Amino acid sequence: MTAYFIDRRLNPKGKSLANRQRFLRRARAQIREAVQKSLKDSDVADAGKDRKVRISNQGTREPRFRLDPSKGGHRDFVLPGNKQFSAGDQIKKPQQGQGGGGGKDAATSGEMDDDFEFMMREDEILDIFFEDLELPNLVRTALSDVQMSSWKRAGITTAGAPTQINLLRTMRNSFGRRLALRRPSLAGVKALEEEIATLEAQEPPLQDEALLASLRAELDRVNIRRKWVAYIDPVDVRFNAFVEQPQPSSQAVMFCLMDVSGSMGEREKDLAKRFFVLLHLFLRRRYQKVEIVFIRHTHDAQEVDEQTFFYSRQSGGTIVSTALEKMLEIQKQRYTTSDWNIYAAQASDGYTQSGDARRCVELLENDLMPICQYYAYIEILDEREMEVFSSEEAGAELWRAYRTVAEHWKNFATKRIAKPSDIFPVFHELFKKQEVE
Amino acid sequence: MNAPLFTESEWNFQTLDRVLKAIEEVAIDDLRLEPYPNQIEIISTEQMLDAYSAMGMPLMYHHWSFGKLFAREEGLYRSGQIGLAYEMVINSNPCISYLLEENSTTMQTIVIAHAAFGHNHFFRNNYLFQQWTNAESILEYLAFAKRYIAACEERYGFADVEAILDSGHALMSEGVFRYRRPPRPSRARLIEKHRRRADFAEEDYNELWRTLPQGAEPPPPGPDLWDNDSEELAGGPKLPEENLLYFLEKCSPALKSWQREVLRIVRHLAQYFYPQRQTKVMNEGCATFVHYTILNGLYEKGLLTEGSMLEFMANHTAVVFQPDFDDPRYSGINPYALGYGMMADIRRISERPAEEDKFWFPDFAGKGDWRQVLKDAWANYRDESFIEQFLSPKLMRDLRLFALSDSAEAPHLTVAAIHDEAGYRKLRSTLARQYDVGVSDPNIQVVGANLKGNRKLFLEHRMHRGVPLNPSQKAQVLPHIERLWGHEVSLEEVAPE
Repeated sequence: MTAYFIDRRLNPKGKSLANRQRFLRRARAQIREAVQKSLKDSDVADAGKDRKVRISNQGTREPRFRLDPSKGGHRDFVLPGNKQFSAGDQIKKPQQGQGGGGGKDAATSGEMDDDFEFMMREDEILDIFFEDLELPNLVRTALSDVQMSSWKRAGITTAGAPTQINLLRTMRNSFGRRLALRRPSLAGVKALEEEIATLEAQEPPLQDEALLASLRAELDRVNIRRKWVAYIDPVDVRFNAFVEQPQPSSQAVMFCLMDVSGSMGEREKDLAKRFFVLLHLFLRRRYQKVEIVFIRHTHDAQEVDEQTFFYSRQSGGTIVSTALEKMLEIQKQRYTTSDWNIYAAQASDGYTQSGDARRCVELLENDLMPICQYYAYIEILDEREMEVFSSEEAGAELWRAYRTVAEHWKNFATKRIAKPSDIFPVFHELFKKQEVE
Repeated sequence: MNAPLFTESEWNFQTLDRVLKAIEEVAIDDLRLEPYPNQIEIISTEQMLDAYSAMGMPLMYHHWSFGKLFAREEGLYRSGQIGLAYEMVINSNPCISYLLEENSTTMQTIVIAHAAFGHNHFFRNNYLFQQWTNAESILEYLAFAKRYIAACEERYGFADVEAILDSGHALMSEGVFRYRRPPRPSRARLIEKHRRRADFAEEDYNELWRTLPQGAEPPPPGPDLWDNDSEELAGGPKLPEENLLYFLEKCSPALKSWQREVLRIVRHLAQYFYPQRQTKVMNEGCATFVHYTILNGLYEKGLLTEGSMLEFMANHTAVVFQPDFDDPRYSGINPYALGYGMMADIRRISERPAEEDKFWFPDFAGKGDWRQVLKDAWANYRDESFIEQFLSPKLMRDLRLFALSDSAEAPHLTVAAIHDEAGYRKLRSTLARQYDVGVSDPNIQVVGANLKGNRKLFLEHRMHRGVPLNPSQKAQVLPHIERLWGHEVSLEEVAPE
């Protein structure tokens, strides 16, 4: 009898990963529906966390032939725990589905597992969340508007800087050429010189005058040939070649602009926050590094930290253009377009001092839009206003002004929202997969 | 008196070695068990979940349904709704048992006795396992299956392979030979098959495909339609055929050769698990009885502390607990409770029989040789016959069993028998029938195929006592059969004359 133990605990984990991927792929439609619903309903700030997802069993059913005694026929079965029954007693049938007649009923019906609940990991959720979204213009930026580049090896060339000489290849060429052209070796020269020296050292009269002469002639010939066939010739030299390769910048900055004047209440700020969070989540997924700049404004603008941005109030009028100016200033100081992808999200209730809207349009058209990858503006209305402004054209001064900008710039988006459930559709539309042009 | 094997609840491999030796002494010398050699593996909880979701096998091909099961089990486990099994054991030679690393030393002791000796002995000696499964080669076969299916996925795409597996899985319980042994391929075919599989193992995928027939051409109709695989089917299939997967694999006009091989893999697995389905009560009963006897044996030798013994008692009691039918915890008859109850009862009858036992079990009552009686039972019975033969009146009373008679159209259930003198035999037979998979599984047969005309396939569900199939499940399974057959399929439910 042999027996032995094996410690398997350190074996690679995740053996069922392939099965999980197949399952997620199989239930894709149901999972997408469930994930999007659960993201819509729940706090957007938690969007990127592990969560329980309940999906319908549609698509992942595993049907089997099963007998169904409730549909006809006759059966006998045994149960444990008799308390008061005697043979011949009649018992009213329990209601269908209560399972009083035995757990087997529920198991055989096969309908009990129509809903299916399981944990999804952050990455899986976000994958689905962003599945059909594409960061606008990212591809175009990366390809045409090269902002960063890196050097990549690109083989060997015959021209280049001395620091890039590829010694190995150069020496190999040199060696081959020397062999082919029979360059006399240094050792051969030395041997000749020694031989001549020995002969010259002999007491005259020399016995081998002729030999010495021929050796001298040989030495001259050899030296000339050595000069003629150089040790390293320019044709031997090879250089490592590098080419500059465009690389999309991997960092982004996101400017959050918000009106914090008295007309922006808790509700408006909450909606704006969700919007910012969602955008941030999206950027974080696309870029290695995302920085956020919070700019709040009333009649003048300040850069503030997140807490102040969302939770402190300020009194004053509303001049939206101050925030745009501030953004431009900060961008110039800290976020050069060559290193940063610039995104801006602006939330407002749509009011601004009369006449300011024109200034905003100027700033956007001339300064901001050329440097921004994307500029999203949301106008937060209450539900009543939302009905009034059901058409895109109708709206306050700022809205109409921004719409003119949107006409000129494809990467400028404006939306109106009134309730949390509007946010996701807005977001979805803002970042809808852009048609390839 | 011996010193205890261990006093700590933290185990290490030295302790486990000592425990294993001590258990082996009791199991082999006292109980005279004859298990396969043991390979005991310590695994983490995640690995246990892995094993759960892959039909309890150490390696398995990939399929989404395993991922679904894993996701479900993981969710339930993480939220604390279920505990994990303490062990898992595989019918293979050497017999592989998985022990969870989190178990205490006492638990490991129980689990080694339970799995590595109880289940192991049962696997090796029970006639069903001997006849229907091949413990020597199952792991090798699974490795082949996994590689083969992965290669198919690579070559034909996930979707096509998944479709065949889905359909195969839907017919798994109709993919076993119940009443006869699977036909043995001729020796020549066997050699050919081995050669092909060896090719597969050794050569790269391209080489593999070279050895398989090319193309998607269905076999030409006519007499040689059936002549494509086993010689049993030469000259036409013997109808009716109970093994749907076998029939489709051999005779479907729509399948390509790789699809047949995939179906064969599913069918082999179904057949491998079929004995386990027929021996749940006995298998668990055997393992539980063995661990109970061994642990007590160790205790009597002074090898276990009182503390361990108490831990063991608590655990054992929970395992064999049988809730009443009206208890919210009730979910069917607990196979551990019934199996262990019956086996403990055999020992009681053998050692200290009551008057009625001498009447019911004249063969062994009072003869004291319970070891031999149990070994015979473990070797030669399945759940149905075991219950029919060995369920004693005392146990029926202890469990307070009663039989109900249920007609679909009647508004009432009728109590057919209870645990009294008049009811024992009927109760026992009813319970035995309940464990007959031949009765609890639908009896579906291939009765004909229109090969000349529209190639329609005719199936029959031969209803047992008029119980029909669940209509919605039936509607969902039929498309799978049609996919495999490639043409229309009709399934009629008939009452046998």
